[in-house]
Amino acid sequence: MIISVASGKGGTGKTLVATSLALSLKDGHKVMVQDCDVEEPNDHIILKPVITDREPVFNLVPRVDEEKCTYCGTCARVCAFNAIAVINEHVLVFPQMCHGCGACSYLCPEKVITEIPKEIGVVERGEADGISFVQGVLTIGEAMAPPVIRKVKEYSNNDYTIIRDVSPGTSCPVVESIKGSDFCLLVTEPTPFGLNDLILAVETVKELGIPCGIVINRAGVGDSKVADYCVKEGIPLLLNIPLSTDIASLYSRGIPLVEGMPQWRDSFIKLEKQIKEIVSERNSNPQR
Amino acid sequence: MKIAISSAGKTLDAQVDPRFGRCAYFIVVDTETMQFEAVDNANAAAGGGAGIATAQMIAGKGVEAVLSGNCGPNAYEVLSKADIKVISGVSGVIKDVVENYRNGKYEASNKPNVAGHFGQGLK
Ligand code: SF4
Ligand code: SF4
Repeated sequence: MIISVASGKGGTGKTLVATSLALSLKDGHKVMVQDCDVEEPNDHIILKPVITDREPVFNLVPRVDEEKCTYCGTCARVCAFNAIAVINEHVLVFPQMCHGCGACSYLCPEKVITEIPKEIGVVERGEADGISFVQGVLTIGEAMAPPVIRKVKEYSNNDYTIIRDVSPGTSCPVVESIKGSDFCLLVTEPTPFGLNDLILAVETVKELGIPCGIVINRAGVGDSKVADYCVKEGIPLLLNIPLSTDIASLYSRGIPLVEGMPQWRDSFIKLEKQIKEIVSERNSNPQR
Repeated sequence: MKIAISSAGKTLDAQVDPRFGRCAYFIVVDTETMQFEAVDNANAAAGGGAGIATAQMIAGKGVEAVLSGNCGPNAYEVLSKADIKVISGVSGVIKDVVENYRNGKYEASNKPNVAGHFGQGLK
């Protein structure tokens, strides 16, 4: 089973939930953590894995042989991502914008574009105290997260309960990460901002046809609007984590919640059980 | 000589749009005759690379300078390859901006003045 942990906005406690869930489950399950928040992977701070394996990730970007280029402008016109500009007698390639689709080299009438692999990030693998750990790290300055995320996802394996940490927001890296998971946990704060971003995240997840449930972090800081929304939309509210200086202080020192406050372990084990029930109910009743 | 100014509206009385790649319109104006044309910026809603596409479009208009509130690194690179001067930090009403330009009140920037993605998400 693959459980994605996402949030509409950053800083809502996604890392707290993902790592607590993994650490609580590891005694009864084979657990794998996949940190797909490749711009800022954080789970390693809490889980402290020993990395044993590093694999670079490449994107194919165009290189133009300007000696033979006629500056016809076809490449710039066909690039859907505006990664090439042809200006006077110059072809400018912006590798950070390039999605590696190959359209430019395919359609260049002079056949003077070659595709050059460019390293955009790395996938690191290792172990953290019985948990199998995989994270993607996008090189600073690079913008193409999806190829790195896809590489992380290649390590998915049915033998494991996979906890997948997804970057905040609703952009394409988020969609790429959530795709293929059995369930998506959405972590939010009970504030107007939290709710606003949560609604967008719920829409994204629903569009992908993946069941979701909510975890409210720092419960007590805001109002009851998030809870009301869950009731109205029929989305299960699975866990409340209260605003607590003890939790915040553990987190800031990099100590896992379920180690500093072991009483939380049962809540996360129960959370996984609820998720499993929702997923199996849905699988036996596919009309959704 | 023609210049292009990023604009929120289609007339000389409109305000400068602070964004370059995602501005609503460009006012392309001949500084001698004050004849102008309002150009729709089809790239305002582009998913990515709006600055690059917009810079290419403007380069095709044969202007000597682009005036805007802000210009990011990719757009700046395209414009400078096209030998177009970039003047950023510009605000106010279009016709005053043209007047100031004619009086030599602006200095061309020699680098982009904002990081990428500046105009994204602004409405
Ligand atoms: S399509 Fe090929 S020939 Fe035409 S401008 Fe691009 S690289 Fe040059
Ligand atoms: S490979 Fe695709 S995305 Fe990259 S520059 Fe060529 S056309 Fe654009």
